[in-house]
Amino acid sequence: MERIPILRMGQFLLVTIQVDMHDRLALQLQDDLTEKISEWSSRGVLIDISTLEIVDSFIGRMLANIAAMARVLDAETVVVGMQPAVAITLVELGMSLTGVRTALNVETGMELLYELRGDFHSEMGG
Amino acid sequence: MKSGKQETVPIANSADVVLARQKVRQWAMEMKFTLVDQTKLVTAASELARNALEHGKGGQMVIEQVENSVKNGLKLVFEDQGPGIPDIEAALRDGFTTGGGMGLGLGGSKRLVNDFQVESQPGKGTRVTVVRWK
Amino acid sequence: MSKLPEMISKHEEAIRADWLKTMSAATRRSDLMSSEEMKAQSQELLAAIANGTKSGEITNLDGPAWNAVRELLTAISASRAKQGFTTSETATFVLSLKQPVFNVIRKELAATPDAMFEEIWKATHLLDKLALLTADAFQDTREKFIARQQEELMELSTPVVKLWDGILALPIIGTLDSARTQVVMESLLQAVVQTNSRFAIIDITGVPTVDTLVAQHLLKTITAARLMGAECIISGVRPQIAQTIVHLGIDLAGVITKAKLADAFALALQRTGKSVISTDGGNTKKTLFKKEG
Repeated sequence: MERIPILRMGQFLLVTIQVDMHDRLALQLQDDLTEKISEWSSRGVLIDISTLEIVDSFIGRMLANIAAMARVLDAETVVVGMQPAVAITLVELGMSLTGVRTALNVETGMELLYELRGDFHSEMGG
Repeated sequence: MKSGKQETVPIANSADVVLARQKVRQWAMEMKFTLVDQTKLVTAASELARNALEHGKGGQMVIEQVENSVKNGLKLVFEDQGPGIPDIEAALRDGFTTGGGMGLGLGGSKRLVNDFQVESQPGKGTRVTVVRWK
Repeated sequence: MSKLPEMISKHEEAIRADWLKTMSAATRRSDLMSSEEMKAQSQELLAAIANGTKSGEITNLDGPAWNAVRELLTAISASRAKQGFTTSETATFVLSLKQPVFNVIRKELAATPDAMFEEIWKATHLLDKLALLTADAFQDTREKFIARQQEELMELSTPVVKLWDGILALPIIGTLDSARTQVVMESLLQAVVQTNSRFAIIDITGVPTVDTLVAQHLLKTITAARLMGAECIISGVRPQIAQTIVHLGIDLAGVITKAKLADAFALALQRTGKSVISTDGGNTKKTLFKKEG
């Protein structure tokens, strides 16, 4: 089955969601991420949703779950690039995703991760 | 309300929920809805299609172009032959998800559309009709 | 089977001439439309109506036989709405077709009063429907026009200003209603993405009152911005508004508020790692405020 690729960038993980996910793919991503965080002792996860045009309550819960599970594994999660239309719709839907940190884009997201968990030098550089 | 072209999309599995989203997106784009309105409608469709699948054990969505005397709109009807909703009032309130718990996504979807109607009886299935006007 | 189609086709020229004559000076509005244009429109419309009646269907005008007439009437109303005609002037254009048509019916069926009544009734029914269609189309065009103007006005009255790299300001002047707040929300969030701004200062000095609905909309905007990775600061909160907010029990938990836009700007600068230092002829330096951290 297709899976969403997870890139390793030093002590952080980068996930770019570009496809319109069906529910099973989303659940698979949740599983894969928790596994990888654990396997590589990652300290942070960056989820790029800048090309995602729809975030419904299922995907919203997925993001919140990922953040919660990552935290239990001592990793921070930052979601970046949410589109304005998506943000407006999520708020109207009633989801505020408390517990999920957000940033404007990958660059600022990485800065945030370093701020939160980067108390070392990673081989990828700053 | 006058009716125009329509299309039926069966909802039998989670891939169908994605298909339903894409169809609604296509129709909304063709009717030149604004991006925000498109997003709201497609998201509502996703919620309601998923409901029909998970809670209603499968069903269908009918997309239809409609118009009243002053504007055009897109109507979506989600129908399933599932267990039905015993307390619609509560379901509308429970739709307020905050990242945890189930919620039927009904209350949330209601806020994303202009017209919203739920018909359901325990044992008799559910029909949700929504309209987004331009 | 109605004799109407036959009668209209047979006397099309005469009806048209009669129609143009009947149109009173008031509905003609030669100040808005030349008589050539009026003649051309009438000719086209009458021909289309004649065609439509030939289908035999003269009660239900939704079918394909009447497509041409419907499109024509919509186009005519739309252009008249833009030209400045009134609703009744435009509808009367269609209604004034009655007399010429009735004249023809009377001439043809004078010998059979029952048939004459029958046909007159059908004709009036048909023309009434067409007139109502015209009025609806006219209304629609007007409303769309007004809606577009309102939109433009709203956009003009809430410009988003870039104060510094990564810091936007949105000074709101006037009352906020549901529709306007939507527009404001969307343009602010768009600007956040386009300018990569981490901070958006919403200044409400120019907003006279804030009610629950407006507060809710502002809170939604702030939440949406946060989801995108930007922080909103509300400035220009006047004492009366502060009171209203407390009275209404609105919870501003987590929302930064500042009395003055200048304070909000200073805060945003600090948060984005800037310090402001005053230099006096290059020698004396005075740090006005320092960046955080």
